[in-house]
Amino acid sequence: MNLVIPLQEIRSDDRPRVGGKCFALARMACSGIAVPDTVCVTAEAYDAYVALTGLRERILLELSRKDFDDMRWEEIWDASLRIRNMFLNKPIPPELDTAIRDPLKSHFSDAGVVVRSSAPAEDSSSASFAGLHESFVNVRGIDAILEHVRLVWASLWSDAALLYRQELGLDVEKSTMAVVVQEIVVGERSGVAFSQSPTDASQAVIESVHGLNQGLVDGTVEPDRWVLDRATRTIVSHTAAQRDQFVVPGPGGVRLAPLPRGVSGRAPLSDQEAVTVFNLALRSEKLFGMPQDMEWTLRGEELIALQSRPITTLSDDEANDKRRWYLSLRRSFENLKALRLKIERELIPGMIKEASRLAEQDVAQLSDPELAHEIERRSGIYENWTSVYWAEFIPFAHGIRLFGQVYNDAVRPEDPYEFMDLLGATPMASVERNQALEDMAAIIRNDPILAEKLRNQTYADVELDFVARVDNFVQTFGDLSCPITGGVGCGQVPDALVKILLEMAAHPPAETHLALTDIDALEKRFLSRFEEGERTQAAELLDLARTSYQLRDDDNIHLGRIQAQALAAANAGRERLETRGVTDVDALDAAEVAKALENPNYVPQPREQEEKSQADFTMKARQLIGQPAGPGICTGKARVIVSTADLTDFKYGEVLVCDAVDPNMTFVVPLTAGIVERRGGMLIHGAIIAREYGLPCVTGVPDAISLIRTGDPLTVDGYLGIVTIG
Amino acid sequence: MESPERVKPILRDLFAAQSLAVLATHDDNGHPYASLMAFAATDDLKQLLIATARSTRKYANLAADPRVALLIDSRSNRDSDIHRAVAVTVLGEAREVEEAERDRLVRLYLSKHPHLEEFVRSPSCALIQVRVARYHLVSKFQEVMELHVKQ
Repeated sequence: MNLVIPLQEIRSDDRPRVGGKCFALARMACSGIAVPDTVCVTAEAYDAYVALTGLRERILLELSRKDFDDMRWEEIWDASLRIRNMFLNKPIPPELDTAIRDPLKSHFSDAGVVVRSSAPAEDSSSASFAGLHESFVNVRGIDAILEHVRLVWASLWSDAALLYRQELGLDVEKSTMAVVVQEIVVGERSGVAFSQSPTDASQAVIESVHGLNQGLVDGTVEPDRWVLDRATRTIVSHTAAQRDQFVVPGPGGVRLAPLPRGVSGRAPLSDQEAVTVFNLALRSEKLFGMPQDMEWTLRGEELIALQSRPITTLSDDEANDKRRWYLSLRRSFENLKALRLKIERELIPGMIKEASRLAEQDVAQLSDPELAHEIERRSGIYENWTSVYWAEFIPFAHGIRLFGQVYNDAVRPEDPYEFMDLLGATPMASVERNQALEDMAAIIRNDPILAEKLRNQTYADVELDFVARVDNFVQTFGDLSCPITGGVGCGQVPDALVKILLEMAAHPPAETHLALTDIDALEKRFLSRFEEGERTQAAELLDLARTSYQLRDDDNIHLGRIQAQALAAANAGRERLETRGVTDVDALDAAEVAKALENPNYVPQPREQEEKSQADFTMKARQLIGQPAGPGICTGKARVIVSTADLTDFKYGEVLVCDAVDPNMTFVVPLTAGIVERRGGMLIHGAIIAREYGLPCVTGVPDAISLIRTGDPLTVDGYLGIVTIG
Repeated sequence: MESPERVKPILRDLFAAQSLAVLATHDDNGHPYASLMAFAATDDLKQLLIATARSTRKYANLAADPRVALLIDSRSNRDSDIHRAVAVTVLGEAREVEEAERDRLVRLYLSKHPHLEEFVRSPSCALIQVRVARYHLVSKFQEVMELHVKQ
């Protein structure tokens, strides 16, 4: 069977083997619409590849670890990253390679080509999603083409595709992927056309940019926009863009370049040309019998259709779909650079200022109604920063993902998370805090008399310079009695800091795992994979990713300081209620505290507590599966963290078991033997800090804190992602 | 929250779908011995029923030491078994069904294995109940949950 077929030879029953995109191109070509010279690597080639290499089973195993419904987005991204790495590290077997290589080579010789996905499930009328799979522009040379064919195959399992698995009908045992390889058409002007506007059925929309349309499609270049009337084929409006950049072919891909001065003043299309583009879109609509979303380019005066697919309109449900938010996290390098400036210059200083402004105000001076108001105000401020965190910080943190992909493509490491080591050489606030703790612990370790005084709580006798050190630590990082960094005096846990210090001092110091020289070597190896011209950008990307990595930790600490102030006000309120005779004030949330302060007659409602029933059957977890997130194996007693008090009881050699580690909790990490976390993903703090300290770590263990009890003997297998209890 | 109620339906489905279990006993020297057995489970999941002729090696083993293990699984002899198949190891104590209960339990056993009527009703056949102490349920390749049963 031919695994590579030219567009002209595609027949009407070939759709399942050539995929939607390729099939549409074939129909357009057949009806006389100009399309690029195209061949199809059929779905059978994908099937043969995953069968011969054994990848089909490995993908199956990877995706069966956990029910999709239990997976967080980050875990889906991780699964996808691991699958992508399988494809990167598995060359096409020789017999299959020849069957694909020879026809492609004779068709394209050394011309630059575009390699696009054409999934049989994609672009059909029921499932039309742009950007779920990958496309690569300006790939040159047969070896590079074959590599990119593999990457397009891998993108059948992209995180986006996995998110939309139901709509796509994605099925690990059956799904397959065809690949379109086509000549690159270097148009001077390009764009997209909606033959019918998604918002007004009587209109059509044309968007256009100078240069190639990758910039438009990925959102880095703002397009000019025309709205046309479908019936009269006339222009309703033209909205000009701020034209300053355009996308041109670059070495091994495309690059963004400043638009020459003479061109930037000009709209990419005349009104007449916009109508011509619309007419083409309409022709395609007639051909396919439904409104089309078409990509096109103008080479000289020749209008060429690059692809055409049905428009899907979103129902309200879909528009509110959180998956869209997740997909919007895939930011371009340019976008992330701008975001970084905003975060470094505006948001972080803003958070620091906010926290210190709040800390200056003494809530003890306030009357009850004033305190009630202050509790609400602070909750509002905290909520506000939390939404900034979601809108700006999380997308920025995902810069790590962009880097991870570039790193894996360039270096092809065995371990798909090797890039994290390269990022780890960045000082994080939590590591700085842990260092300060270790410095104090070292003093105690070498001074048995001091240790004795601390154990007996005869603090008045402690030397002043040690006291000053402790005070300084408390001012910067809090006294560790609160669930957040910077919090002080959360009550339930007196002397939390001293307890932790004594425990640390009784044992040898923990060592962080990577030497700087290793990181240097990794960095050199990464950069050496790039040509001279690209190396600067690779270095810039590394720098950006390091900032992202560091912020991923620090932003929580800054947010934690604001939260600490909100909590301080609520705690002050709880104390007043307690003196008023209200019992169980710790079970009241802030809003209830405020209400009761404002109105002395109000009876506050405690949060509901769960009851457990007894029966003939009891369940006990013996072995739980998560994601391997830090290589290594360890055994130790579990310390399950439900409240902050659990942290301060932490003993050397215990395994930290928690719902979600956040940097405010990681001061116990120097004492831990391993980490188990309910939340999954490689970019979560548990995983980051475990890698930092070289600890075995398993994340994404459902119900970890309810299935494991403090004191249970645990074995944490961070190679396989298994936690064994008992 | 994982609770017994979430695991029980998995066990019920498995027991309804599978007709055979592997029974492990051991001989006088302590050497393990495995046999394939038609089984049935009671509704409350506290007992499993198996039947054997009294002349068999497994019957002798059981008579000497009633502690047994059973394995029931949903494999289909395909690659996907590794992650799709569910297997449950059952630990418990075996004893011959008492006369008072025999009728009810024979009916239960035969409702699942009607073709074994002649065999079960034969005077030389022992209907054996395994009182379950523990289920070890393995799914997703290596996730293991234990369900402890109070008899």
